[in-house]
Amino acid sequence: MTFTEKCKTRGFYTLIGAALLFLVYTQSFVGMVGFLIIFGIPYFAMHDLPLYATTKDKIGKYIFLAVCTMIFIFLITPILIIIPLSFNAEPYFTFTEGMMSLDPEAYSTRWYEDIWRFGMTAPDGTENWWGDMWNNATWIRAMRNSFFLAIVSTILATGFGTLAALGLSRPEMPFRSAITSLLISPMIVPLVITATGMFFFYGGTMQGIIPGYEKGLANTYLGLTLAHATLGVPFVIITVTATLSGFDRSLIRASEGLGANGWTTFTKVIMPLITPGMISGALFAFITSLDEVVAVIFLANVDQRTIPRQMFSGLREQISPTILAVATILVLMSILLLTTVELLRRRSERLRGLSPG
Amino acid sequence: MTDATISNADAPLLAADGTPLKEKLALTTRRMKMRAFLLTVPLVLFLILSFVLPIGQMLYRSFHNPAGSNVMPNFAKAIKGWDAEQGTPGDDIIKIFVTDMAAARKNREVGKTIGNLATRVNYEIPGSRSLFTKTARRAGKITEGPYFDALVKIDKRWDNPNLWRTLQRVTEDYTLSFYLAATDRKYDETGSIVLADELYRIYLPILWKTIWMSALITALCFIIAYPVSYLLSTLPLRTSNLLMILVLLPFWTSLLVRTSAWIAMLQKSGIINNVLVYLQIIADESRIQMIYNITGTVIAMVHILLPFMILPLYSVMKTIPPSFMRAARSMGASNTYAFTKVYFPQTIPGIAAGTLLVFILAIGYYITPALVGGSDGLLISNLIADHIKKTLNWSLGAALGTILLVVVMVFYWIYNKLVGVDNLKFG
Repeated sequence: MTFTEKCKTRGFYTLIGAALLFLVYTQSFVGMVGFLIIFGIPYFAMHDLPLYATTKDKIGKYIFLAVCTMIFIFLITPILIIIPLSFNAEPYFTFTEGMMSLDPEAYSTRWYEDIWRFGMTAPDGTENWWGDMWNNATWIRAMRNSFFLAIVSTILATGFGTLAALGLSRPEMPFRSAITSLLISPMIVPLVITATGMFFFYGGTMQGIIPGYEKGLANTYLGLTLAHATLGVPFVIITVTATLSGFDRSLIRASEGLGANGWTTFTKVIMPLITPGMISGALFAFITSLDEVVAVIFLANVDQRTIPRQMFSGLREQISPTILAVATILVLMSILLLTTVELLRRRSERLRGLSPG
Repeated sequence: MTDATISNADAPLLAADGTPLKEKLALTTRRMKMRAFLLTVPLVLFLILSFVLPIGQMLYRSFHNPAGSNVMPNFAKAIKGWDAEQGTPGDDIIKIFVTDMAAARKNREVGKTIGNLATRVNYEIPGSRSLFTKTARRAGKITEGPYFDALVKIDKRWDNPNLWRTLQRVTEDYTLSFYLAATDRKYDETGSIVLADELYRIYLPILWKTIWMSALITALCFIIAYPVSYLLSTLPLRTSNLLMILVLLPFWTSLLVRTSAWIAMLQKSGIINNVLVYLQIIADESRIQMIYNITGTVIAMVHILLPFMILPLYSVMKTIPPSFMRAARSMGASNTYAFTKVYFPQTIPGIAAGTLLVFILAIGYYITPALVGGSDGLLISNLIADHIKKTLNWSLGAALGTILLVVVMVFYWIYNKLVGVDNLKFG
């Protein structure tokens, strides 16, 4: 049944009638829109029922779809709702009257400006404005720390992780399950425990062991990088071994049979096939580091604050919509990363002939 | 040619270079195993340094606390052989105690000051801190015996054999007292282990609360994830890929972003309360407190952990052919019967994977409870962090951490046995 046909059935009129009743009862237009979303989507999604389906089956399916719609709304609303909230003109975490009536006065980008203005010595000054922003603005500094840590720790985790995944996916690998369990455990062990261990070990035991770090690795970028690389490793291992598990090993034998040496086989056959998985793993490690806050709480001082650390203290101390503005930017970034990972996954499946395309 | 092969049938097969084929094969296999293993070595070494050793050291710290013997090395040796049943120790031991006290007062080295000892004893006998600082101040002036009487003159509490019993225990390097404290137990006056007064029991209740809250979160995640995963697995690939984005986007969004979003949603002037007031379901004065308590923690954590349940369920459900259900139906099974007897049993591997993963992740959660938990939505992780960062009772924090780690490891082991770590996948 097409969309227009669906709009001419008895069920559709019942739905509209119920929505109007709802409007009359609650006197709220927004409420009716919500009602239409929750009960209208399942109505239009009901199309693949077999001919022998009874009324009971239909009602059951309808309720099932309505429940699923509500769950999807539950999943996505909190993430979407912060986007309009971040344009609030008032310093509140909630929609104001003006925002509800779409008054342009009630919206502003002041919280976005706050991202680079907050913490600057002279936000309205002209002399050396860029230098001031780059070095003093709290969020800009947090952003620099976050990206630096994320990039370096991703390189570490991806390098070590891919190498290990190559070993783990070989059929002759000894102690496979024990080693895999060890390599996955940074994801399983509660972060507080990992961070506590690192706090003692990096801060205390490592004192005077590494030249240049006589006071230990606490409050240093090196310590934080090691911590974040450790936490990113499981994601790289999981993603890259998943890619390798569908890997046709006869390709390696074919390459060797045709006279390629180990290095040529690796660069010309293995690498192109595992690169999508490797990039996905790296993106996972990147987002893990970018999102990590517990290790930063334990191991970093004020100079090394990252974006999530700044959000954490912001939420605890002075809640301001600047956090929502930053959050909106982060959501946009996750959308970008997710799209990349999805495209890579499809490309990798196509390369390996797992999906029609 | 054929004759030679037959006559040599008993002799071992030889490889091209003359060694027996069996040995050659074993050698090659060993070499290949070694090569595979060597690939993992850099990462294993890296993790041992950055992850295993730190955690091992934390475990060690939970039962090794040398504060007592660091501050008073000679006294620690002297009191070892003393038996508390014979009353207070002899004057020779007390003399060593007094000289050690006087020496410790002058010591400025980190970890060896009288304050370190006083803190350590204070964990065992709350309120005893001043006794030590006071005694240390005057210990230098005691020059001749009887030392015991001089001590009692400073403070009458020294005339109590139980205090010396505690001191004997405190100056031992290896102690279980932090584990006792972490399970709300303590040594009583006579040195036997008893449960703390009901008023002072904190850790066991929090541990139980952590476990039941994690169980509740896991159950809610399961109830919510099951229908959605079923829907995703039965829809055509194009539609399900589209809807999958709604699941994966929260998964890829920062934890802090989702937590702040839930603060905006749940607070008293937040969106949910606003909508309820707007729809006249509740009055403006009676807005519901949904955050900074257990409710807030549970809602936010269910939302955050939901993808970890949906993804394994979905990947198992996708492999179940829809024809199974149709077959059951055509053979006369009712919808419910076909579901419970045919469909549900096949999803159990996914259920095991999802529930165990969500439970393991929930039990050690720190950030969300710290931000939206208020005071009664806190979990054991928050207490550990408090002891490490605020009260600085590191050994107690380590002991609590060890208990949590053991619980998590048990579930990880079960996960490994039932599901296998190699089956962990995202998306």
